[in-house]
Amino acid sequence: MEFLENYLYYIASFGLIFIGLYIMLVKKNLIKIIIGLSIIDTGVNILLISIGYLKEGTVPIFSRDNLLPSRMVDPVPQALVLTAIVIGVAILALALTLTIVLYRHYGTLNVGKIRNLKW
Amino acid sequence: MRKLISLILILIIAAAVFFSLREIPFGTTRSRVREYYLDNGIKQTGAANIVTSVVVNYRGFDTLGEVTVLFLASIGLSAVLYGKKEEKKRKRRESSLILYTGCRFLFPLILLFGAYIFIHGHLTPGGGFQGGAVIASGFLLTMLGCWGWEGINRNRFKITESISGLVFVIVGLLGLLYGGYFLFNFLPKGIPNQLLSAGIIPIVYVAIGFKVGSEIAGIIDDMVRCG
Repeated sequence: MEFLENYLYYIASFGLIFIGLYIMLVKKNLIKIIIGLSIIDTGVNILLISIGYLKEGTVPIFSRDNLLPSRMVDPVPQALVLTAIVIGVAILALALTLTIVLYRHYGTLNVGKIRNLKW
Repeated sequence: MRKLISLILILIIAAAVFFSLREIPFGTTRSRVREYYLDNGIKQTGAANIVTSVVVNYRGFDTLGEVTVLFLASIGLSAVLYGKKEEKKRKRRESSLILYTGCRFLFPLILLFGAYIFIHGHLTPGGGFQGGAVIASGFLLTMLGCWGWEGINRNRFKITESISGLVFVIVGLLGLLYGGYFLFNFLPKGIPNQLLSAGIIPIVYVAIGFKVGSEIAGIIDDMVRCG
């Protein structure tokens, strides 16, 4: 039980990262590969946030007077993740656009058939 | 065979990660920079929300780089989509009266909520990136729901985006002029937890909100028109 309490967020984030990695390595449909990329993105964001967490910590906002700085969670990973989410959306849109162009050019979404790529 | 190789590869990475993360239990953050930001942030920047002061003030240059990444992604997207084919006229069904009226009713409210999020970025959870995403979701609603309504001009997205990016850079350069380094907080800090406080942080965050909102709305617009 204590193991779960200590490592649950790490297990969840790395579970998502490995699921996404498996999808990207095994699947051949380009749309599915992009879905895997997006799942990895989510996993990395959860990992960064959970590394900065402090047990029973509060949000790093001084909205009242009696809040102690030593009880607040780490603001740096949160600042990085909030930009990373928006960047992730833009990268996802760019990847989907390239997929649209590939489909127009080759008429298929299968990676194996595009340029006879073998993996 | 491919699946087996991938599984073995992932298991190797998982074992490596397990042995390294076992040393860092959950909920015991030990970073020094966290203590510095939490102890001095409200005195040095005047913003009650420390995340905002990290994003805009301590790491403002980094944020400028990330906004540039977003800009490059949107430019690349339009360059790829408008490469050869002209924009196709797709057959669109007019939306029903309920959908049309509902979208037009909700659209200004969503814009107002997004503006609230990024104007209050230095006081409450939220900020330019989140507010911009909310505003872009409002534009997505009109593009999906109001097929008959062609009220959005694409060039206006580009103009808004350029002006807000320029505001960010000009505020940074004014800091260079007055204080000696880029993005120096040269305006008076004010009293924390008031709307007009924290110097340049609200200005920069409003600029980021406009930039992110118009950029993501432009991306959605490109994909809806040409996808």
